[in-house]
Amino acid sequence: MTEKKEEIRTGFYICHCGHNIGSVVDCPAVVEYVKGLPGIAVSRDYKYMCSDPGQELIAQDIREQKLNRIVVASCSPLLHEETFRKATSMGGLNPFYFQMVNIREHDSWVHTDKNAATEKAMDMARAAVARVRFHRALEKKKAPIHPDVLIVGAGIAGIHAALTLANAGKKVYLVEREPTIGGHMAMFDKTFPTLDCAACILTPKMSSVKNHPNITMWTYSEVTSVDGYVGNFTIKVRHKPRYIIEDLCVGCMACIDACVFKQKFEDEFNQGLSKRKPVYIPFPQATPQVVVIDPEQCLKLKTGKCKESCAEACDRKAIDFNQKETIEEIKVGTVIISTGFKSFDAKKLPQYGWGIYPNVYTALEIERLVNASGPTGGDVVMRDGKHPKRIGIIHCVGSRDESTNKWCSRVCCMYSLKLAHLLHEHSEAEIYNFYIDMRTPGKSYEEFYDRLLKEGVNFVRGRVAEITDWAMNKDEEDHLVIRVEDTLAGFVRRIPVDMVVLATGLEAREDAQDVRRLFNIGCGGEGFFMERHPKLAPVDTFTEGIFIAGACQGPKDIPDTVAQAGAAAAQCLALIDAGAIELEPNTAFIDEQSCSGCKSCISLCPYTAITFDAVKKKAVINEALCKGCGTCVGACPSSSIIQNLYEDDQIFTEIEEVLAHV
Amino acid sequence: MSKIRRTIKYESERDGTFAEEIMASPGCEDLLGCFQCGTCSGVCPLSIYMDHTPRQIIYLTRQGFKDEVLRSNTIWLCASCYACYVDCPKTVHITDVMYALKQRAIREGLYPSRFPIPVLAREFYKMVRGKGRLTETWLVVRLLLKTNIFKGFGMWRLGLGLLRTGRFSLAVESMKHPEELRRILDASPAQHGKKEVA
Amino acid sequence: MKFSYFPGCSLKGMGGAYETSLIAVMEALSVQLEELDDWNCCGATAYMSVDESKAFTLAARNLAIAEKKTDDLLAPCAACFLVLQKTQKYIKDYPEVGRVVRESLRAGGYDYAGSTRIRHPLDVIVNDIGLDTIKKTVKHPLKGLKIAPYYGCQVVRPYATFDHQDYPVTMDNLLKALGADVVHYPLKTKCCGGSLTGTLPEVGARLSNILIREAKRQGADLITTLCPLCFFNLDSYQDKMEGPEKITMPITYFTQLMGLAFGMPSSKLGLKRHIIPILPILKERQVAIA
Ligand SMILES: Cc1cc2nc3c(=O)[nH]c(=O)nc-3n(C[C@H](O)[C@H](O)[C@H](O)COP(=O)(O)OP(=O)(O)OC[C@H]3O[C@@H](n4cnc5c(N)ncnc54)[C@H](O)[C@@H]3O)c2cc1C
Ligand code: SF4
Ligand code: SF4
Repeated sequence: MTEKKEEIRTGFYICHCGHNIGSVVDCPAVVEYVKGLPGIAVSRDYKYMCSDPGQELIAQDIREQKLNRIVVASCSPLLHEETFRKATSMGGLNPFYFQMVNIREHDSWVHTDKNAATEKAMDMARAAVARVRFHRALEKKKAPIHPDVLIVGAGIAGIHAALTLANAGKKVYLVEREPTIGGHMAMFDKTFPTLDCAACILTPKMSSVKNHPNITMWTYSEVTSVDGYVGNFTIKVRHKPRYIIEDLCVGCMACIDACVFKQKFEDEFNQGLSKRKPVYIPFPQATPQVVVIDPEQCLKLKTGKCKESCAEACDRKAIDFNQKETIEEIKVGTVIISTGFKSFDAKKLPQYGWGIYPNVYTALEIERLVNASGPTGGDVVMRDGKHPKRIGIIHCVGSRDESTNKWCSRVCCMYSLKLAHLLHEHSEAEIYNFYIDMRTPGKSYEEFYDRLLKEGVNFVRGRVAEITDWAMNKDEEDHLVIRVEDTLAGFVRRIPVDMVVLATGLEAREDAQDVRRLFNIGCGGEGFFMERHPKLAPVDTFTEGIFIAGACQGPKDIPDTVAQAGAAAAQCLALIDAGAIELEPNTAFIDEQSCSGCKSCISLCPYTAITFDAVKKKAVINEALCKGCGTCVGACPSSSIIQNLYEDDQIFTEIEEVLAHV
Repeated sequence: MSKIRRTIKYESERDGTFAEEIMASPGCEDLLGCFQCGTCSGVCPLSIYMDHTPRQIIYLTRQGFKDEVLRSNTIWLCASCYACYVDCPKTVHITDVMYALKQRAIREGLYPSRFPIPVLAREFYKMVRGKGRLTETWLVVRLLLKTNIFKGFGMWRLGLGLLRTGRFSLAVESMKHPEELRRILDASPAQHGKKEVA
Repeated sequence: MKFSYFPGCSLKGMGGAYETSLIAVMEALSVQLEELDDWNCCGATAYMSVDESKAFTLAARNLAIAEKKTDDLLAPCAACFLVLQKTQKYIKDYPEVGRVVRESLRAGGYDYAGSTRIRHPLDVIVNDIGLDTIKKTVKHPLKGLKIAPYYGCQVVRPYATFDHQDYPVTMDNLLKALGADVVHYPLKTKCCGGSLTGTLPEVGARLSNILIREAKRQGADLITTLCPLCFFNLDSYQDKMEGPEKITMPITYFTQLMGLAFGMPSSKLGLKRHIIPILPILKERQVAIA
């Protein structure tokens, strides 16, 4: 695909990016080197190419020096490709006559040897200058944006985003996997740092969601497939049968009383600290106020034989044992994913004794135990029936540990302080907090720490080595012994306690990888969903039109979660109000002349963008569906597929030049 | 009132390259990652006898307080049980660091007379170089003669018990061809090119 | 099943009962052990603190002999097991260490590619042979015998991967398969102080005393070990026990208990070679002795 012969006049610009590039790569030397390359009309360096004067430099040179190709060597295209394309247009040139070279992430940030880094920058510049010759003028296409929004996961993030959008007049589908919305926050008694009652601030929001005319709330449901692209997604949602007709049930719970079973099944919402029946409602303020039947436990559903006393007790005839799962298809233009987090599994650290010693608890268990509407009504009574006199709270369990999770979970220090306060308030026990560093970087958080210090909690700086019942003296017998170095005092201690609380860290949900694949977004090594840019695009993903909010993006507390949810909602609104979005023209097309109609490409396309024209006997690519992944280009046996911006001439020249000295 | 001692330390007492030198030993690379959590000292069965806890040793090494570290009884008390090694959340191989520090102390002649490890090691090396194998009883006897360390601990009673149960054999274990091993050992360079203890 | 067998100096010395019982038990399980030809001292942990590269070289000669044989190398002594594994790992992970060691080996006509697999008998018995076979071989279940399973440090740490490094259960399961009661023993991998007996006997003794006192408190009749050094330390210093009451606690090798359960004669198991006699408690619990 070569163009008619024209004189190539290329402008080359290298950016110092302050010290980011300039302190490692010798930019003036690169400028001098590039001057000697074929087709170069202008070669310059500048401190910040992305600034207004930097952009103006490009535009002016195009006008005055009659440039017809532009190369900028600077940071990542993710950050500023758009900026420089715009500058190219400003000068009156088609923006796709531009090529960017990333000498920051790929060079100056990863090397220390200045000479070698400078040489590498020259190689990369040479390759780009050679490649850009083969660029062609391209036009961006526009796609309209469907105004409805899908939100996946109805914790505080999903709830807040849904209400924001619905209040702006947009129609929202809110899909939640559990029988109730609310997420983790619904389990808490109080929230730090203000200690306001979680239910008091959350349940009004939950009922607003339920009653909002613009929100379709689907609980006990999951997204099963996602097709399409920004502005035009087709989503399939599976509704699991709850064996209750949702519209008829008013949550009177007569059926629960009537069920033939005793309360014998582990109550998930109470973290197994209490029992429930096969027909249950997760908690009194559950939304919707609708019971659910567990088919694994219900006698009727398992064996077909039961006197069905529940159905008899329900005077609204809401119980339906024949309910089947249903699939519903919807169209939306944008998506927010807010699937939250999972707590670290304390079993993985047997030295802390969870699951071995009954009086060792996880923080979530304690949240339920101190909760006024929890299994004990807020009475801190241990599994052995006793009330603790001394309690040890261990921070960083499954956080900041190369053998489990490397990262800091951000909320554990604060919730451990909260639990120290609540446990003391509910039990009068003496409290010890064991921490590595105390991390309280939030508004009013350090003040909360100060409050706890003054409340007389024993703060021991040291990572607990183990919890054991091995007794060295009479005081320790029948106690749990915490072995730790008190790193501030400089000696090792053994501290006997009655109860231990493990501040388990936050990690990605078990099915995060599935969700990631379903929506075609990215994940970091830890499994949290990846934002497009850690600072400048914290709720965007690499897939247009799909946004993330809350703890699914990384551990965070409620204030940060809500802020992100608001931001994600605003991003959706911005797209919806723009009405349409420009698409990157990096799509593939078929060269009809040479296509042999073999159909190999059709099944390979992950976006089902290729169809077969039965009349012409040629493959056809739907440009709106094509994401430019290049799979078909590589697969076509007759090389009949061409991808814009990645044409053979462009790529091969680039490779040849970058390797020219090898 | 007991005598008041000055415990202040000055910058001049630090050795700027000490940490680096220790980190050059196999296994010691992650030393700098330590965030002073104290897990190692907590799990260490011997920290209760140590003048510096393992965490402090790591810290002092990192800071270059070479004398403080090499004169510490900690490195000699370490029993190589690897409890710290596997529990350290930052993959600091503390046990390997302890080995590196012991080697260094011996090289600098800094081991306390109370810990005759070098004597033990010298006897050990002689025996292995001679016979290729170790006869534990002989090692103990030679150690007794040279250092006197079991005095006052009633070791004679143990000796009697071992004799009674047939475990205190004075027969000497040997390889068939110790000379072959000798060739290998003589070909092996002494550590760091310094003169070895044997 | 066939293994090269590395007894190490201890099993030929004070740990004789371990060797005889191990060989008897392996024979009963049809495992062939072929003693490594003219093996030498493993290098021992104490020597590591003086000259690491010579210590690695000592160990590597044994690995090289085993490599020629191509069988896995069975090392019952915990200290040898660790030193051999450490050598294996460091030769591989640190090219410079590998280079120096290989060069020295060449002087003796050896080369070592690094492929020898080092195994501990406990791992082999439970994971290769399997508890089903063990159960089938048991003739006299050790019913009523309460045992504190003591693993010590160096079998599970830091290189072995067959069990958890602080809270292993492999031997617990084996003992249960033999019909014994396993007591809760939170000190199962705490150090016995064994490596200090040569230098600081009073500290070594104190650590082993803690192990014994706690085993008693947890109701154990005896402690079982898998290392000659632990055995020696636990068995030998009980007269140094601190505290008001006198406590004694018989110590055994796990292989001796297997032999008993398999119905082997006590002469094959070295049961008389204990300072704290073991026969009385076996009689009291009515364990059949062939
Ligand atoms: C013990 C503990 C105490 C805490 N205390 C406080 C506190 O006092 N103050 C504070 O500010 N923060 C606190 N936090 C942090 C707080 O829990 C989080 O900030 C907050 O829950 C994050 O909300 P979220 O909506 O992102 O996630 P979540 O609360 O986890 O909600 C996610 C929702 O998505 C649903 N979901 C998941 N996957 C899918 C799927 N595939 N399809 C459909 N639905 C799905 C889940 O069922 C859930 O309802 C605490 C955390 C812990 C562990
Ligand atoms: S356990 Fe590791 S990180 Fe913690 S103090 Fe010891 S060496 Fe440092
Ligand atoms: S290896 Fe040494 S320092 Fe580490 S826990 Fe064991 S005895 Fe203590």
